[in-house]
Amino acid sequence: MSYLEHSHKSVPSGFSKVLYLNWALVLLLVAAAAFGFLMLYSIAGGSMTPWVEPQLKRFVFGMFLMLVVAMVPIWFWRNMAGLAFGISILLLLAVDFFGTVNMGAQRWIDLGFMRLQPSELTKITLVMILAAYYDWLDIRKTSRPLWVLIPVLLILLPVFLVLKQPDLGTAILLLGGGGIMMFLAGVSWIYFAAVFTLAGGLVTAVFVSRGTPWQLIKDYQFKRIDTFLDPGSDPLGAGYNITQAKIALGSGGWSGRGFMQGTQTRLNFLPEKQTDFIFTTLAEEFGFVGAFSLLMIYGAIVVFCVASAMKTKDRFASLLILGVGATFFLYFSVNMLMVMGLAPVVGVPLPLVSYGGSAMLVLLVAFGLVQSAHIHRPR
Amino acid sequence: MKRSPRDTEESARKISRRGLILAAGQAGVFALLGLRMRQLQIKEAAQFRLLAEENRINIRLIPPTRGLIFDRNGEVIADNEQNYRVVIVREDAGDVDQVLERLSQLIPLAPEAIDRAKAEIKKRSAFVPVQVADRLSWNEISAVAVNAPALPGVSPEVGLSRIYPHGPDMAHIAGYVGPVSDYDLSRLEDQDPVLQIPEFQIGKTGVEAKLERTLRGQAGTKRIEVNAVGRVMRELDRDPGVPGADLQLTIDNDLQNYVQARLDGESAAVVVTDVETGDLLAMGSAPSFDPNKFVRGISSADYSLLTSNKYRPLANKTAQGTYPPGSTFKMVTALAALEEGLVTPEETIYCRGYIELGKRRFHCWKRSGHGQMNLHDGIAQSCDVYYYELAQRVGIEKITAMARRMGLGIRHPVPISAVAKGLTPTKDWKKEHRGSDWVVGDTLNSAIGQGFVLASPLQLSVMTARLASGRAIEPRLIKSVNGVEVESAPPDGLGLNENNLRMIRRAMFAVSNTRRGTAFRSRIIDEAYQMAGKTGTSQVRNITMEERRQGIFRDEDLPWERRDHALFVNFAPFKAPKIAVSVVVEHGGGGSVAAAPIARDVTLYALTGGLPPLEAYPQRDRPRIQREQSELPLVPRENSSKASRA
Repeated sequence: MSYLEHSHKSVPSGFSKVLYLNWALVLLLVAAAAFGFLMLYSIAGGSMTPWVEPQLKRFVFGMFLMLVVAMVPIWFWRNMAGLAFGISILLLLAVDFFGTVNMGAQRWIDLGFMRLQPSELTKITLVMILAAYYDWLDIRKTSRPLWVLIPVLLILLPVFLVLKQPDLGTAILLLGGGGIMMFLAGVSWIYFAAVFTLAGGLVTAVFVSRGTPWQLIKDYQFKRIDTFLDPGSDPLGAGYNITQAKIALGSGGWSGRGFMQGTQTRLNFLPEKQTDFIFTTLAEEFGFVGAFSLLMIYGAIVVFCVASAMKTKDRFASLLILGVGATFFLYFSVNMLMVMGLAPVVGVPLPLVSYGGSAMLVLLVAFGLVQSAHIHRPR
Repeated sequence: MKRSPRDTEESARKISRRGLILAAGQAGVFALLGLRMRQLQIKEAAQFRLLAEENRINIRLIPPTRGLIFDRNGEVIADNEQNYRVVIVREDAGDVDQVLERLSQLIPLAPEAIDRAKAEIKKRSAFVPVQVADRLSWNEISAVAVNAPALPGVSPEVGLSRIYPHGPDMAHIAGYVGPVSDYDLSRLEDQDPVLQIPEFQIGKTGVEAKLERTLRGQAGTKRIEVNAVGRVMRELDRDPGVPGADLQLTIDNDLQNYVQARLDGESAAVVVTDVETGDLLAMGSAPSFDPNKFVRGISSADYSLLTSNKYRPLANKTAQGTYPPGSTFKMVTALAALEEGLVTPEETIYCRGYIELGKRRFHCWKRSGHGQMNLHDGIAQSCDVYYYELAQRVGIEKITAMARRMGLGIRHPVPISAVAKGLTPTKDWKKEHRGSDWVVGDTLNSAIGQGFVLASPLQLSVMTARLASGRAIEPRLIKSVNGVEVESAPPDGLGLNENNLRMIRRAMFAVSNTRRGTAFRSRIIDEAYQMAGKTGTSQVRNITMEERRQGIFRDEDLPWERRDHALFVNFAPFKAPKIAVSVVVEHGGGGSVAAAPIARDVTLYALTGGLPPLEAYPQRDRPRIQREQSELPLVPRENSSKASRA
């Protein structure tokens, strides 16, 4: 209970908290989302429907949620971490029973007013529980095997459930996010070295398993890896997405083809352009200038998180903020690496920009936590 | 659980340190992303822009409008007709079956056509128009247009298709067009991408085929924007291309029509050549066929009817058919002898009906013999023995040289299909092709246009024109291209002694104007039109001893395929020649009986520009001629299209 050691007097209270929000971060989030609205408007051929309107509503709702979360003291959220994680695991299990099949994978739970993707929720609750765990754990025990095993299990449980769906993208994000949390908490380098060695072995095993009865990943995932390694091998089939995405990106050039003038987008050469591949539309229509601007906004968001984490002396808060920042970073970097042909195609949306409710709401809630930590940091 | 402030401090330091390491790693990835963007969007942008353009822009060909073909007076021979079609677009039609059902109540649609359309619709994307019906009448297309609301997705379209208004008359000259076949693609050294258009048609025979590039023009292009599934979004720009050039033939359509009508019922060919210019005024080949059937896709029943006909309607007998010229060749032999000074016009040779050469006996057509024959009588009465004698004096090489000078044995560059070279034999030729030595008997046969000699009606007409003019007339079929007269150098002189030529011409005049002439029965009494000609009867095969035993002595008793070919060549008017005519009636029997009357009538028509006036015929022939004229299957003249076109 680290806050007990600090004076609560210096923490703002009541509505004055609003003044202590990290407004720059709020503005950056709005700016990133604005890119999304603009691109969704363009992709719809200059129409608010079918994407901009729901996306806008969800963003407003998400911002509201962010404020609510931000107003609540951070120590409350720390105490809630275990519950939140438990709920998200239950929801992941529920997907297996009540989930709606979408694009060949079970990912959604229909809540009536929106479709919730528990795997998105898990990304943030995993960060929360790990931050709380390391806040609780005596720092000297951090690298002891037993105390390393617990967070590893906490990470692998949702990863396993998500892979069952199957959702390789989210699994990678969870694995990456969890790993980063452990790294930040100060787990010894030796473990990471061991894991990377093991991972190397596992990758080999995955490839060896291809075509055998105990095949570890699905055929389409193998296909994506093949395609990533050589997109030209099947330009009209599996490599089509990557090839067309690169064409869209490259043809944008320095300043782009102009708003609503992207031919790759407008003529449907781009796949899933309102979700995972939305960055290609941005790059095509606004060129390097537009694409790099979004990258800069994303970068600034991460920088603000790191700076905010550095300011707070609270272990939970700084771990949480860095964890959220790192998860956010993983989101956009994996997405961009993917659409730019540097990583295999895994289903990872571009945060705040891609069309989709769960990811946006969860991210905004996560930033609510960051804001809460920012407001309630000990001074 | 309590924690010492020192612990907290240390943990914060550790987090900061690890946070910074993480930040450094993120900065690295960040830099990687930025560099990748720079690489794709700045360094390789031009290349990707090109790929994006290739993605979205399709180039479609616009077929050029085919040039028209006119006769020498501006009458349309080959026209482009508006062709009404009906197409259906699946995505607009909704229930395709129902729409087609309704459509079939408005226009005649065969069940096979409906099935074909349905199969095509299934195969193509939903937005691709599929043709349902073709060549609809104006009434039918109107019915479709009026009922448009009940026929969603159905739209009338208009295209151009070839039509030959004069049907069979011009079939062998103009030829016809048809869809491009794989065979065409392999045969033609033609890389024009327009040939790949599914419904594009190219010339298959005749002028249509020979002057294909001129008539075709150049395809235009339009650049269109398409989306990922190939739907056309908009047209970006277009280059209209160059329409095909219009051609004007030297053929006179009215004369051609008369010739075809006059040849009705025969297997025959007539060529009328302008003696001064070489213009081919008529090239009649009978029987003929309707080229329009080929344009629309001829049924196999119709096609086998054409191919099984023993009169060979598909063959263009004027240029493609070669026949032993028979006695019409005698002018060549005579001219060769005169030019070589091996005979004088006055010199007489005695004809006793045959000559003997070694053990072989060569007969004159007149078994009883002609008696004393000079050059003039030798032509007028067509005495074979006279030429047997000349042949031995002159030799085959000189005769052949003269024949080629007269335009025989040469492939004339007339732009129609399968122009034959004919044959004017030499000793070397026989050695090479027959593997045996030339014998004097071969020379004798050749001298009277039998044996190996072969000539087409076109060549015979050219020969006659050269005899009449004394100049190296070249046959010409194309008068103008896009209104620009085809320049041709005035023909050179043949370099022959004019006195000799005059001698020949006078003898030819005697053929059809003196009582003893072989074509006296086909004389013209009006001096303004009088012709000079020569009959020819070429043996297809000798009557065998076996047949003689069976009582067959006369040609008429033989089956049609083995009867003699009847030939006649002439020029007219005798005093100032304008036209040269050649007539070949396949297996028609004697030239004087079967061919000369045709030549006479055609000559009169060509010179008078209309049905031959009865006054031109001998008095007693007139009732018969009048009856014949009234029975001619002539196409009534239309003047409507004449004035407005060309």
